Amino acid sequence: MKKSRVATVLLHAALVLGAAATLFPLFWMITASLMPTGEANSDPPPLLPSRVTFEHYGELFTRLNLGQAFFNSTLLATAVTLLSLFLNSMAGYAFAKLRFRGRGKIFGFLLAALVLPTQVAVLPLFLLLREMHLISSYWGVILPGMASIFGIFLVRQFALSIPDELLDAARIDGASEFRIYSEIVLPLCRPILVTLAIFTFLGTWNDFLWPLVVLTDQSRYTLPVALANLFGEHVQDTELMMAGSVLTVLPVLLLFLFLQRHYIQGLLMGGVKE
Amino acid sequence: MPADGITAMKRAARAEARAAWLFLAPGLGVIFLFFLLPIAAAFLLSLTDFDLYAVADWRNLRLIGFDNYLRLLRDPIFWKALGNTFYFVLVGGPLTVVLSLAAALMIQSKLTRFRGLFRTAFFAPAVTTLVAVATVWRYLYHPRFGLINHALQWIGLPAVDWLGSTRWAMPAIIILSIWKNFGANMIILAAGLQNIPESLYEAARLDGAGWWAQLRHVTLPMLGPTFLFVGVMTCIGYFQLFAEPFVLTRQGEPLNSTLSVALLMYKEGFRWWNMGYAAAVAFVLFVVILAATTLQVRASRRGEA
Repeated sequence: MKKSRVATVLLHAALVLGAAATLFPLFWMITASLMPTGEANSDPPPLLPSRVTFEHYGELFTRLNLGQAFFNSTLLATAVTLLSLFLNSMAGYAFAKLRFRGRGKIFGFLLAALVLPTQVAVLPLFLLLREMHLISSYWGVILPGMASIFGIFLVRQFALSIPDELLDAARIDGASEFRIYSEIVLPLCRPILVTLAIFTFLGTWNDFLWPLVVLTDQSRYTLPVALANLFGEHVQDTELMMAGSVLTVLPVLLLFLFLQRHYIQGLLMGGVKE
Repeated sequence: MPADGITAMKRAARAEARAAWLFLAPGLGVIFLFFLLPIAAAFLLSLTDFDLYAVADWRNLRLIGFDNYLRLLRDPIFWKALGNTFYFVLVGGPLTVVLSLAAALMIQSKLTRFRGLFRTAFFAPAVTTLVAVATVWRYLYHPRFGLINHALQWIGLPAVDWLGSTRWAMPAIIILSIWKNFGANMIILAAGLQNIPESLYEAARLDGAGWWAQLRHVTLPMLGPTFLFVGVMTCIGYFQLFAEPFVLTRQGEPLNSTLSVALLMYKEGFRWWNMGYAAAVAFVLFVVILAATTLQVRASRRGEA
């Protein structure tokens, strides 16, 4: 009995230590963003601000125009999320519930393509969008994000459990296929659509390489691109850069904290596919 | 009458197939046009001398066969980038997976209280924006004002010039990546642990198996497929190392010691507009990732047999 009590104490000590180490960079990011200019670069570096100030956040929104980047990120993540929910749910439903020739083969092919690294597509994709005159347009980010194999897969797995009788009954009543999809299938798929929405929003918000390549005009920069750009000129301004990092991270972190059950569910559905 | 029934059924089946294709067309169209086609085109692009002149006018484009690949083989920067990437994958990958497993075992232990709280804490870095947290870590790694060096000195270890030395820059990137990624793997492994029937552990205990023997003979074999999935996904993701050295070590410094293959592709393609050459770099990465994935799957199959 005594042995297990020692084990319990040791286990919790390791857990608390691990959690503290994991959260520390995020904690310091917030406290340093509230320090007066230059305070983070003192020896030894303080953990808490001597006086709390929001001046760096003010500077981000006024002089440095990061408000525009915040707007761009929000707009793009929202647009990609809504459009891809629509396209992925239609395709996922078709793969799960409608019979057509080649269904198994096409779906198997898509699953195999899931391991293809996205980075390999970047160069030709850039040239393609250049031919379409979409470089530095919002559409340059939105169009390629409008559907994903992972999204189709998630919806398909979920939609498999919808009973066929329900759909057939609606067909006998004369409902059109699109009506069946929009009024029966979509409401039933709500849980997985919430999960997919969080995944897509976070993924688009956090993406770096593609927006960096395709959004060449500063007025179109998303937050990660704007932040990397700002870092080049303001590397000495620790407190300012931390405020920029908080502005970039906090929205997705809060979104996750409120909806983490749904997020984790998606992660697990991806993990059990084999 | 039966003939009518059959035609009606045929008509219904045809209507269903038509509806299916209408539902599929937009999504599959986007995936084909903006994902599958570009990947195939990357190979074609790598057989051309696509450069700044071709960016200006397509007519300056010439097919040059495998010249880009031959040039790659003689380019010391490419070998440096490939070596760095393998260093990152072979050291960072296993460390990430082992730490994820340790975290999952601790989270799922029957003794653990406040499980949800710890899980959220460990998982939080996984949802953060890489560019932003890499910025944070750059300050944490600062040789003089960075809190990491202060912590090292506090426990009696010497300070390290993390991002300024060719020796420590890659370990610094690996530490950041472990911190960022172990939480997501932990969640998947923890779910795998939950699916192992308790009766197996009971039987092992009756046979006198201790903690370590239970881990080796029950947990790890039962976790097989989940473990493989986590390993493969980590491997694929790590081979594409890009934003970490872009931000943390200012695009591969010092002396290209953190230059990755993806970063080399970006620089060649979008800084110097050597897109044909960059496509060859990308395609090598593609082949390496595919080979590594196949190897892992094969090795695990052999392990099971």
